[in-house]
Formats: sequence, C-alpha cells, structure tokens
Amino acid sequence: MTRFPSVRLAVAAAALLAFGAAAQAKTLVYCSEGSPENFTPALNTTGTSFDAARPVYDKLTHFVRGSTEVQPGLAESWTVSPDGRVFTFKLRKGVKFHSGVNGFKPTRDFNADDVLFSFERQWKADHPYAKVSGGKYDYFADMGLAQDLESLEKLDPYTVRMTLKRANVTMIANLAMDFAAIHSAEYADFLAKSNRKEQFDQVPVGTGPFSFVAYQKDAVIRYKANPAYWGAEKALVDGLVYAITPDPTARYSKLKAGECHFAVAPRPADLPEMQKDPKLQVISKPGLNIAYWAFNNQKAPFDKKDVRLAFNMAIDKAAIIRDVYLGAGQAAKNLIPPTMWAYDDKIKPIAYDPAKAKELLAKAGVKTPLEIDLWYMPVQRPYNPNSKRIAEMMQADLAKIGVNAKLVTYEWGEYRKRMQQGEHMTGMLGWNGDNGDPDNFFFLHGCDAARAGGQNLAKWCNKEFDERLEKARATPDHKTRLKLYQEMQAIEAADVPDMKLAHSVVYEVMRKEVTGYKQSPFFSHEFTGVSLK
Amino acid sequence: MFRFLLRRLALTLPTFVALMFVTFVAIRLVPGDPVEVRVGERGISPERLAMFRHELGLDQPVWKQFLDYCGQLLHGDFGTSLATNQKVLTEFAALFPATLELAAAGMLLAVLLGIPAGTIAAARRGSVYDQVLMGLSVTGYSMPIFWWGLLLIMFVAERWGLTPVSGRIDLIQFYFEPVTGFMVIDAWLSGQEGAVKDALHHLVLPAIVLGTIPLAVIARMTRSAMLEVLGEDYVRTARAKGLPPWRVVGLHALRNAMIPVVTIVGLQVGTLMAGAVLTETIFSWPGVGKWLIESISRRDYPALQGGVMLISSIVIGVNLLVDLAYGLLNPRIRHG
Repeated sequence: MTRFPSVRLAVAAAALLAFGAAAQAKTLVYCSEGSPENFTPALNTTGTSFDAARPVYDKLTHFVRGSTEVQPGLAESWTVSPDGRVFTFKLRKGVKFHSGVNGFKPTRDFNADDVLFSFERQWKADHPYAKVSGGKYDYFADMGLAQDLESLEKLDPYTVRMTLKRANVTMIANLAMDFAAIHSAEYADFLAKSNRKEQFDQVPVGTGPFSFVAYQKDAVIRYKANPAYWGAEKALVDGLVYAITPDPTARYSKLKAGECHFAVAPRPADLPEMQKDPKLQVISKPGLNIAYWAFNNQKAPFDKKDVRLAFNMAIDKAAIIRDVYLGAGQAAKNLIPPTMWAYDDKIKPIAYDPAKAKELLAKAGVKTPLEIDLWYMPVQRPYNPNSKRIAEMMQADLAKIGVNAKLVTYEWGEYRKRMQQGEHMTGMLGWNGDNGDPDNFFFLHGCDAARAGGQNLAKWCNKEFDERLEKARATPDHKTRLKLYQEMQAIEAADVPDMKLAHSVVYEVMRKEVTGYKQSPFFSHEFTGVSLK
Repeated sequence: MFRFLLRRLALTLPTFVALMFVTFVAIRLVPGDPVEVRVGERGISPERLAMFRHELGLDQPVWKQFLDYCGQLLHGDFGTSLATNQKVLTEFAALFPATLELAAAGMLLAVLLGIPAGTIAAARRGSVYDQVLMGLSVTGYSMPIFWWGLLLIMFVAERWGLTPVSGRIDLIQFYFEPVTGFMVIDAWLSGQEGAVKDALHHLVLPAIVLGTIPLAVIARMTRSAMLEVLGEDYVRTARAKGLPPWRVVGLHALRNAMIPVVTIVGLQVGTLMAGAVLTETIFSWPGVGKWLIESISRRDYPALQGGVMLISSIVIGVNLLVDLAYGLLNPRIRHG
C-alpha cells in the first residue's frame, strides 16, 4: 500500500484537474446519514441506499418531483389493456448512458434490451447477474412482481410489453419506484467480459441527471452533472457531493458552518433553533404514512360499530400529537395521507368526547369495567415515535370511560406475526407508503388481507369496500379510480374499523442559498432542479 | 526469554477463544436479527424468510453456527458483510488506516503532554502545579467522550470557527484518491496547496477527544513512577554532587521512570480502540469504530464479529509486544 503508485497518482491528478475546474463552479453538498449498501436500488431496502443511487438512474415512469403523481420517464408513453393486465411501453429514443465511468464507453443509446436486463435480473434465477452482490430483490418480490409477472417481451427496440397474471394498474406507479431503475445491459456485458461483475453494483452507470464519479465508504460520494441528460429538469449544479455524516448533531454543525448545504433528518429538538436561524430554511410535509390503532372486529365487543366509535371518541388525539409527536405529526382521519391523490378532505374527523363515548358503550350493552388488551410496538417507526408512551396515554383516557387496558408488547418480528394472526383485541401499527398509489394503503383493509396471517389488523371485511378496492385495481381510468377511492373513504368513516392516529410530518433543513428544492412525499431526496444562489 | 514468550502465547490463546465465544453470543442476544431488520411493516412470506435464514446459516443450531464460525476463522476467513457483500477483511483494511491515523494522533498528543505534566507534578510535589495538574487529570479521565466531543465542536468549531466540524478533509475544495489511507500523508502526496494543513485541521479535535483519557493516565503514571525514582539512592547521590535540578529530574530520573510508562502507553491501545468508536461517530470519521456502530444497527453479524475479532487481535497483539518489550527492559520479569 505504501509504494508510490505513480499511475494512480497520475490518474488522480487528471481527475483533480477536471474536478478542480468544476470546483470553481457550483458544487452542492448534501449531508447524508449513512453509507449506501451499493448503488443498485433493486438489491436494497433502505432510503439511504436509494438516495445514493437516485442521481444516476432513470426509471420507465417517474414521480413528479415533490408529488405522488406519475409522469413519463424512459417510457415516453404507454397503453393499458381494458382488463388491466397488459402494459405496452413506447420507449424514449436518443437517451444516452453515462460515458467514461469505470472505463466504459457506451456504443449505443438506451433501448428495450436495457429494460429487459434490469427486470430479468430480478426475475429469473438463471440470469447471469441474478446472484451477483447477494441477489436479494426484496422490492421486486414485495411489490408483487415476482408473483404476478407473466411475461416481459421486446416487440421492437423501442417497445416493451409487460403482461401480468392479474389486473393491477398500480404497476405504473410501481415502475416509478427506485427498485425499477434502468441499468445498462451493455455495461453489464462489458464488466462480465473482464470478469468484474461485482463492480456493476459498486460503480453505477445509468442515464440519470448526474453521473457517478467516486465513492469512499463512510466518507463521501461524488457525482457530476450529466450534460447529455434528456429530461426537462436537469442538474443545475456542476457537482454533487454526499458528505456521509451519521450523527444528527454533526450534520447540524456542518450546516451552520456552511460545510454542507442540505442536511437530512434534523433532530426534532433542534428544529425551533433552526427555524430561528436566518441562514437556514426549514420545510415540512406530512410523510406518506399512517399510524393507526386497530380493533379486532372479530372479537367482542369490537364487532359492534358503536363500541368502535366510542373508543375513537374516548382518546384525546390532540394531546398525543402534541406530547408524543412533539408537533411533528398531523392528526389522521383517513387511511391515506393528505399528500396523496384521492385524499378526501370532506371526511369529518371524530371529535374527542368522553361523555358521548360512555353513552355509546352503555347503548351497545357493554358492562364496565371492561377488560381489554392494548398492544404497542417495541420499536420506533417513521410514523410513530413512541408507541409505548401513546399506549400509556390511551390507557389513562380509557380509564375515564370505565375501560381497563392491559399493555402488551413483543419483539418486533414476533409482534407483527401475532397481530397478523389476530391474537390481539386492540393494537397499534402503521404503514409506510411505497408507490404513492392509494391501493398501496387501501389493500390493508381488503377482505383478502383480513384472513389469519393477513395484514388487515382490524380483521374487518366489508363487501362494499372490497368490491371497490378490486375494481379500482383493474381500472386504468384515473377519474373512475378517484371516485371509487373517495367512496371507500366514506365507507370506512361510517363503519369505523379502527382509529386513525396520525401521519408523521417530515422536516427538511437547508441553507438559505439553496433554491428549487422540492420535498418528496416519499421522503426521498432529489437534487435535479436544485441550485445555489 | 524463549520460554517466557511461549508462556505468554499460551495465555493468549484461551483469551482469543473466550473472546470469540463472547462476541458470538452477545451479538445473538440482541433482539432482532439481520433478516428481521430488513423487513418493515410489510412483513415477509414464511418461504422467503426461511430461504434468507438458510442462506445466512441462521437455521442451524447456535452451537453448530459457532463451530462453523471457528472453522472459518481458522482459515483466516472473517466472513462476508451482510450489508455490502464485501469481505469483512477487505472492508476493515480499507477503514483501519483512518482509525490508526486518529489513534496515533491522539496518542502522540497524550505522550507529548502527559509526560511533561507528570514530571512537573512529581518534581513540585504538593505544590499548586501538582494539585492543578492532577485535578485536570482526574477531570480528563472521567470526562464522557461523547459530551467532551460535542462540547469541543460547539465552542472550538462552531462558536470560534477554529476547526472544521467533522470529516477528514474539505470535500469541496480537495479531491484525491486515497493512496495510503492516511489522510495527512495522502494530502501531502496529492501535492495540493493547503491540503495537508486542512487534513491536520480536521484531525486536531478528534485527536484531542480521543487522547484525553490516555493523557490523564500517562500523566498520573509518570508522576507516580517519578516519585518512586526520585526517592532512590542514585538520585540523592546526583543531587549531592550538586547537579542542577533539571538534570537530576530530566536525565537521571526520567530515564528509569519511563519503564512503567512505556508499558502503560502500550496498554492504552485498548482504551484508544474503545474511544475510537464514539469519537469516530461524533466526528463522522470514517474508521472501523463508526463502521462497527453502523453494523450493530444493521445487525450485520459477520461484520460485527469480524470487526470485534480484528480489533481485539490488534489490542492483544500490541499488549503481547509490550510485555515482551518489558521483559527485555526489565530482567526481573522474565525470571519471575
């Protein structure tokens, strides 16, 4: 190691000259929270890894920056068959892969082969890259592709047809997710020829707005703007640097010192001070999540609607938002968060009213004192900062209407399993959205998920609701889906299967000179269209 | 001498086995496992869960897992990180220079300040100097690293702007490929204007934080060793000959007082490694300490086990060398 590696020095010097020129130009520094596992999103499950790969890649469809709406990406248009099973994508022409990364010079533009490569790697066990870097494609399995994909065909170099075993129009939104990033098949071959397959996931080549320059584990990732980018929104800075800084206090310090322009995940305790600082700007948005308290509808007395309603009225939700979420939360009334299309703001929230709750219990013939169990999660989740504390507050509120709640918890994996089996009377959990499609939340209340082992923890199966859920999944027409989802929200509001607690609010902090940043409802970070004053 | 060496080596072996066992078991006592950590609200189908567990060997009985792991280690294989699919040894080798650089800087600071401080305290025994220095040493020794680090960042870096907040080099201004892994040396090799200065600037606060405890220990040790030596006959003789006090203390006494101090310096390696975990985390210093912390949160068993074993091997190895050196310096030990 200590030899004087003149070749590497020469290379470094050349890179330096190139970068030195760029250093005069604008470089945006993002204080990120950790090292990515690698740069292939399909292999990963953490936001940290997705954030690191995002500048480099495009997908067939894209989320509009800062929204859950889907727009064309590498697919410039698509058609969906009336039965919601067959998707035909017209691919964009003239899209260039990054040139000069890891010695790779593409000889052709992006085409259908790259699409096939990117998905078949995750789909087919005998694919030459299937086993590279551990070969676990969690999202591909989780989003139902492994199960539902029937075929993927190249009709011509710029047309790809995807056929599913059953209707699922949310696939269009799924394809805008990170795991569906499009890789270069030619780069994969290039590395395979020189026996360097494992570099494919460590040194990424894509078509995205930035190209990869270098990565030093636990220290820094560097990218530079891709001048040949096809998109309307381009990189507005010349260089992008991720300074890996796991400690939130250190991130805040660096932000103040101007060592980074943008810091991920500020500590709630620091927010008031940040908001007062004239050098900083703080923005916030409700996350794509929900925390809820499920009542097991198959266990008495929760089979009665009046009892479920009474429990909703008995809890002082505002106090929970104030004392546990510390303001970084918003009271929920629907299963989907307000940042999602199809959210119905006309639904009336259930007011806190212990007296009315008592009446309802009596009306339903419930004898007090009533003994119930109340399950709380053993871990902190993005939508619930402290499940135990919330359980204690609920316990106190319930005592006021003559209900004795016994608090129960298990190790995280065990907890989820037992809840899904329906062992609880009442219990807390929540959901983090994946693809911004309402179906990705509403399936939680479908009849299929109400079986033992399913994710419908209220074990609530409502035919009216379920029919609409299935129909919306098979209808490509946006307006029809919107209407169906709004009706479903009304059905839920009327039948009260559970208590909706909160959507957590996500804060972002950056320096004043950062312009054009849009906060994503997915809590993902994107730096196209972002500049420095 | 040879027999002494053998005896020490024979003692080292059980230490290793015990260590392997303890890390192996302790890691598994932490709730949650690598597979569970990957799974969120969605849960995971039982088939996929079984498949993952099988791939990681987690479906085997624990004693079998332990034996497999011992077998692996005997072949010099520290396993593969679950998070990155890279060999643990490769990751460790890439990160260790950063830790070594920090530890060396901290130790240098501790020796350069600790020995004079201890000597002065001993020479002026009972004076105000002595009391102040020893008071500081107690304070330094009992200072929680985390708090001390944050305090320095708050005042030195943020309030007074004397040093950068964290990291090893200004990432915007300087860019060069790592050659040796030691930032100060790499900065010098890069030949870039101001790079070495910037690297040193980044090094100073974490080195102070990491060096504080060894500094306190060395100061106290030097003081007590000095006091012992100062009472010896030959020192009295030197004084009687009318040698100036600085020659008595600085030349005659210090040389012999250094023997126990050298040992203590060697034994501080363990303290340095333990301190590095916290210090690296506070200062975003990309070394093995920070990597271990991240591996815990990821339940990356192989990385944790491998990392702990490698660090412990280094600590045990250094302690062994110190013992040998002491044996060479001090004949009474080997024949004991």
